[in-house]
Amino acid sequence: MLLGLVKPSAGEAFVLGAPAGGVEVRRKIGFLPEDFRFYQWLTAAELLALHGRLSGVSTDVLRERVPALVDLVGLTPHRDKRLQEFSKGMLQRIGLAQALIHEPQLVFLDEPTSGLDPMGRRLVRDIIRAQRDRGATVFLNSHILSEIEITCDEVVFIRDGEVVTSRDLRKQNEEEVRVVVRARKLTPDAVAGLTRWSTSTQVDEEQLTFTTRSQDVLPDILRHLVAAGADVYQFTPQRLSLEDLFLKIMGEDRGL
Amino acid sequence: MALWIIAGMTFREAARKKILWTALIAGLGFLGVFGIGLHYQMADSIASSMPPFLRYQILSGMLMIGLYTVDLLAVVMTILTSVDTISGEIDSGTIHAIATKPIARWQVLIGKWMGFVGMLAIYVALMFGGTIAEGRWIGGVSPQNPIAGALLVFLECVLALTVTFMFGTWFSTLTNGVIVLGLHGLAFLGGWLEQMSGFAEGSRLVAVGIVSSLVMPTEAVWRRAAFEMESPLAGSLPSSPFADISVPSLAMIGYAGAFLLGALAIAIYHFQNRDL
Repeated sequence: MLLGLVKPSAGEAFVLGAPAGGVEVRRKIGFLPEDFRFYQWLTAAELLALHGRLSGVSTDVLRERVPALVDLVGLTPHRDKRLQEFSKGMLQRIGLAQALIHEPQLVFLDEPTSGLDPMGRRLVRDIIRAQRDRGATVFLNSHILSEIEITCDEVVFIRDGEVVTSRDLRKQNEEEVRVVVRARKLTPDAVAGLTRWSTSTQVDEEQLTFTTRSQDVLPDILRHLVAAGADVYQFTPQRLSLEDLFLKIMGEDRGL
Repeated sequence: MALWIIAGMTFREAARKKILWTALIAGLGFLGVFGIGLHYQMADSIASSMPPFLRYQILSGMLMIGLYTVDLLAVVMTILTSVDTISGEIDSGTIHAIATKPIARWQVLIGKWMGFVGMLAIYVALMFGGTIAEGRWIGGVSPQNPIAGALLVFLECVLALTVTFMFGTWFSTLTNGVIVLGLHGLAFLGGWLEQMSGFAEGSRLVAVGIVSSLVMPTEAVWRRAAFEMESPLAGSLPSSPFADISVPSLAMIGYAGAFLLGALAIAIYHFQNRDL
């Protein structure tokens, strides 16, 4: 809808200050569809040149930018091969290059690493960071949460088309922390007293697992457990991975 | 600018996928067979001391059959080569990368349409030119008004192309092909029923033909083209398949032109407003 492929049934949206989907705003947007398909009869260099021309980039600029982008995505040896000879990973790479051919202010990447090997994923990460460094905003849509965790500054969880929550991944200290405690003599009162700090608590024999919103309260919690008479053998804080956070926020698998 | 880029891309696609070359080779094959047939007919009629007048009529009839074959080939090739253009790209998702570029959707559609129109112009010119040249050089016969005939056949092809584009914005490739070929078949049948009215002397057959031409005017345009090209004597023979029994009027040609523009407008409107 933001790119104008789907018409809104109601309401309005703005991208970069202009109505979403308009021709002028699309001039500032790059897009890599999830299932990138293009004319298989074109070579990699021809594809980039065509997309560049359609995006309004002059032939003179393209003469330099096309080989540079082909090189950036690691396809220089394949620049004159037709896309029908490309693997899925190579198509992802050239698809990423076409999204950047006009140096857009805003880039939408839909599952850009799904067909890539670890080296390809690292390359995409580096390219995304380079885009950020030149001032562009990159929307990375992915179900590979570890990729998002490494690459993105902010994450937004969306369920049924609505934003459930967002998180600034740069502020790691303010993130929720999971703590695994191994202790004996854990009384019900000691566990109940954790509710002052914890957001969830689970006891399994001598193992206590709880989550808390900040690392700053961990000394207080440890003091509380010891004061309540528990013999603490292990107290291990673990930062919640994005995947844990996802499962916690979105709930169990609903077959989506 | 974007129009020309898309048109050029469509042209290049046809060349790269060998559609253009295959069509031209098939056309050359047709011209070869037609030339040989014409040559033997000429030789046989000279050997049998056929009166020159009769020989001329037979060779003129052969030329019209050749031109009719060119017409059929051109229309069917138009439909077959363009049927996947819009619907196929929507179905496969190929259109996503293009439609998100800073160009209006109508430019995508018209650019592709222009590319096909350019290819059709070349195809019709080469095939018509080749057939007429063979008729003249081998058989010594020429159509009455070849330019008008060729332009009308070109109009017929562009009409078939535009209807294919229009339904391509709604339906899948297969459904689109079935619809457009079906409509052309209907027009074809209606045209021949109208011709048959010369034997039955029934106005109801003419009405059936007119109604089918209104639904899909491709065959009516061809019958007008045949009228423009055939010799007056051949046209006056009721047993001739190209007889002047029910010649579509210029108003019908105008209707075909309006039909084309209407189909193009609908195609643009629907492509512009549909989800991709």
